Amino acid sequence: MSQAVVAKLKGAFAASVLDVKEHRGEVTVTVKKDEIVAICQFLKDEAGYNFLCDLCGVDYLGQEPRFMVVYNLYNITTKERLRIKTPVEEQGACVDTVSGVWSTANWHERECWDLMGIKFAGHPDLRRILMPADWEGHPLRKDYPLQGPGRDPYQGRLS
Amino acid sequence: MPEMLSLSNDPILFLSVMVAKILVVFIVVVLIVAYATYAERKIIGRMQTRLGPTMTGPLGLLQPIADGLKLFFKEDIIPAQSSKFAFILAPMMILVPAFITVAVIPFGDFITVGGYLVPLHITDLNVGILYILAMAGLGVYGIVLAGWASNNKYSLIGGIRSAAQMVSYELAAGLSMIAVFMLSETLSLRGIVDAQAGSVLNWYIFSQPLAFCLFVITSLAEINRTPFDLPEAETELVSGFCTEYSSMKYALFFMAEYANMIVVSAITATLFLGGPAGPFAGPINLLLKIFFFMFLFIWIRATFPRVRYDQLMFMGWKVFLPLALLNIVITGAVIVF
Amino acid sequence: MAKKETMTINMGPQHPSTHGVLQLVLELDGETVVNAVPHVGFLHRGVEKLAENRSYHRALPLTDRLDYLAPMSNNLGYVLAVEKLLGITDQIPERAKVVRVMMAEITRIKSHLVWLATHALDIGAMTVFLYCFREREAIMDMYEKLSGARMTSNYFRVGGLSLDLPEGFENDVLEFIDAMPGHLNTYEGLLTGNKIWQKRTIGVAKISAEDAIDIGLTGPALRASGVDWDLRRDNPYSGYEDYDFKVITRDGCDTFDRYTARLDEMRESCKIIRQALDKLQPGPILADEPSVCLPAKKDVVNSIEGLIHQFKIITEGFKPEEGEIYQGVEAPKGELGYYMVSDGTANPFRMKVRPPSFVNLQALPQMIEGSMIADVVAAIGTLDIVLGEIDR
Repeated sequence: MSQAVVAKLKGAFAASVLDVKEHRGEVTVTVKKDEIVAICQFLKDEAGYNFLCDLCGVDYLGQEPRFMVVYNLYNITTKERLRIKTPVEEQGACVDTVSGVWSTANWHERECWDLMGIKFAGHPDLRRILMPADWEGHPLRKDYPLQGPGRDPYQGRLS
Repeated sequence: MPEMLSLSNDPILFLSVMVAKILVVFIVVVLIVAYATYAERKIIGRMQTRLGPTMTGPLGLLQPIADGLKLFFKEDIIPAQSSKFAFILAPMMILVPAFITVAVIPFGDFITVGGYLVPLHITDLNVGILYILAMAGLGVYGIVLAGWASNNKYSLIGGIRSAAQMVSYELAAGLSMIAVFMLSETLSLRGIVDAQAGSVLNWYIFSQPLAFCLFVITSLAEINRTPFDLPEAETELVSGFCTEYSSMKYALFFMAEYANMIVVSAITATLFLGGPAGPFAGPINLLLKIFFFMFLFIWIRATFPRVRYDQLMFMGWKVFLPLALLNIVITGAVIVF
Repeated sequence: MAKKETMTINMGPQHPSTHGVLQLVLELDGETVVNAVPHVGFLHRGVEKLAENRSYHRALPLTDRLDYLAPMSNNLGYVLAVEKLLGITDQIPERAKVVRVMMAEITRIKSHLVWLATHALDIGAMTVFLYCFREREAIMDMYEKLSGARMTSNYFRVGGLSLDLPEGFENDVLEFIDAMPGHLNTYEGLLTGNKIWQKRTIGVAKISAEDAIDIGLTGPALRASGVDWDLRRDNPYSGYEDYDFKVITRDGCDTFDRYTARLDEMRESCKIIRQALDKLQPGPILADEPSVCLPAKKDVVNSIEGLIHQFKIITEGFKPEEGEIYQGVEAPKGELGYYMVSDGTANPFRMKVRPPSFVNLQALPQMIEGSMIADVVAAIGTLDIVLGEIDR
């Protein structure tokens, strides 16, 4: 099933699909960020992925491009999962919002902006959600100190 | 037949008997208020698989005193932005009407003191019921004032809710009483008690069951008890009109609530259950009836969820009011034909 | 008519019925809610950031603190995710799987009991609150027997369980599920037929199936809107495919149906627990995977090899191969998902939690706009949110 969807996706957005991987039975498709909204809309309308489980950013510090925005999709009819990833470069760090496709993306994208510092263009209400409104920095970035800004590094054992 | 004690035949004895009656009634009411809090905690506790107070004194019997002492010594906070005069006035305006309503309630027949007959009530107004309604109407000002003076939005909503609720339920309560004095042909509570004398079957609960139910429910709403405790609704309005109150002022609100419970129970007993009539001495009969109704109120609190504001208004205006009017019409028809 | 003015009121973060530290800014027209804006984050502890700096075993206790009313469900999701990342899902011994299912369902009952208690209290029915907590106490005692802790159990381990069931535990569970349906009938006796309860819940906080899917509702809240989707049945994990249970759905889309759905879910959970007790056979509780699982305590105490083995796992942990997985479980409140990325080191490279409450709360403004203040607390209650997992 997932393979069929991937094939369909490749057919419709041949230029955008960068990579398809399977790990532990889960399919991950990496796509270019330019067409992400169109791809999501396509997956929702044509492939039945009507439910956005989760949306988050991952910080691959040191790699280029630095960030990945990950969309975990679910098809309530066929009970299938699919993961879409899109690389985002550090400069500007911005993706188009998919909150028009699934309303649930609204808060997920706010969280991603808050903790990871990835902007979502066209988002209706891009404010910080977990951190205070006047917080500086984005805590989940790998170069953000675990102890928080302006404090000595933790001396004890972490793990 | 001894003569009735009055100001003209023995002024000194009359005045001292009067003061004694007032003191006794006041002390009894205050005691019931104190122990009503204890009883409520114990009864609801038992109903909810808890124990209620157990630590203060034997069986926790000193708990009300401990509570009173604690509240007395708490810091009295008046919010800086509040309207101070109204803020201080409001608790008193709730408590005083609650207590003075007791004055017209007959708690027995007559006793003989110094060769004179002394009636067991503080006063017998010939407009007793109007007096009760008037005092109940005054109580609402205290709550509205408290809500407004606190300068807190939750309190304000509580105050507004309470005003609307009391006004609409007072109407239904008043109308359900009308049927009673249509039968008794008097507004004096003593007269109503006398009209029910004789047999148990003369009690108005049997001739006016609808009015009785209406009165109990609407008075529940008037004294802001569950399921009509919208003005204080802890889970929505964080205690509503008494959010900003502390110390003794807060205690006054609670005393008023329990005093109102006693008053409403006493009025219900007087209007529908023959007042002090019964197998024991007059005051004891009345107290037993009061305790029965208070238990009922506590039981209801442990059982029911809270109604919503619009549903409350709907019930008041579209259910209880027409029912009360219907009851008057039926009663009138029965009397005439 | 005069100019219409609205009043803005701050509900929370200190408010008795926001279930923690949720802040709602309500715009009111009289008693009617015109607009509601939730603010969250007052309980943010940075669980995801912390997990990136701990080894896999040590990140497990963090998950207890997400939804602290259903700790074992969170543990279950996490250990399943890590096992999937390691590729040892098939090696989990049968006994461990059965106990996991059993405890996950007991946890579901525990969480639903708190939901019912607080929901009823919000609407004003105080007695149900204490009845529910009485039953919850029995579950807490089971937790304590099992793991030593009443709330943050931290009982499951990657590869199996931390300890075997204590003596007589099966009897405790059996006693509990024998009594539970009776208790549920008591709650229903106090609430379901009660006119005031019905008036306060029927038609309140409605959300249609399409809207619910669009906004991301999961769990009982979604199923009460008529969507037949339960991860336990549709994407089974930990052996759920071997159990016979019904997925409870309702069509009313309102607070009352969410209430009856959750009550019936507790009854189904009792059934699953009973089946799990029947399946329970003696056997190992940890996978035979020395690179991941701690050795048995007797080996650690009696042999130098065991001691070294334990020391290595405690200090170094284990290193799953590079890759990423998503594991969703049906937590009491909805789909709890863990998206884990491994870079081949002993610490998770990224652990993203998909907390059901966080997503469910998003539906709140939509559900309460145009209703009364009293319905706001009913809606918060019916969504069954826990701020620990919203704020992480």
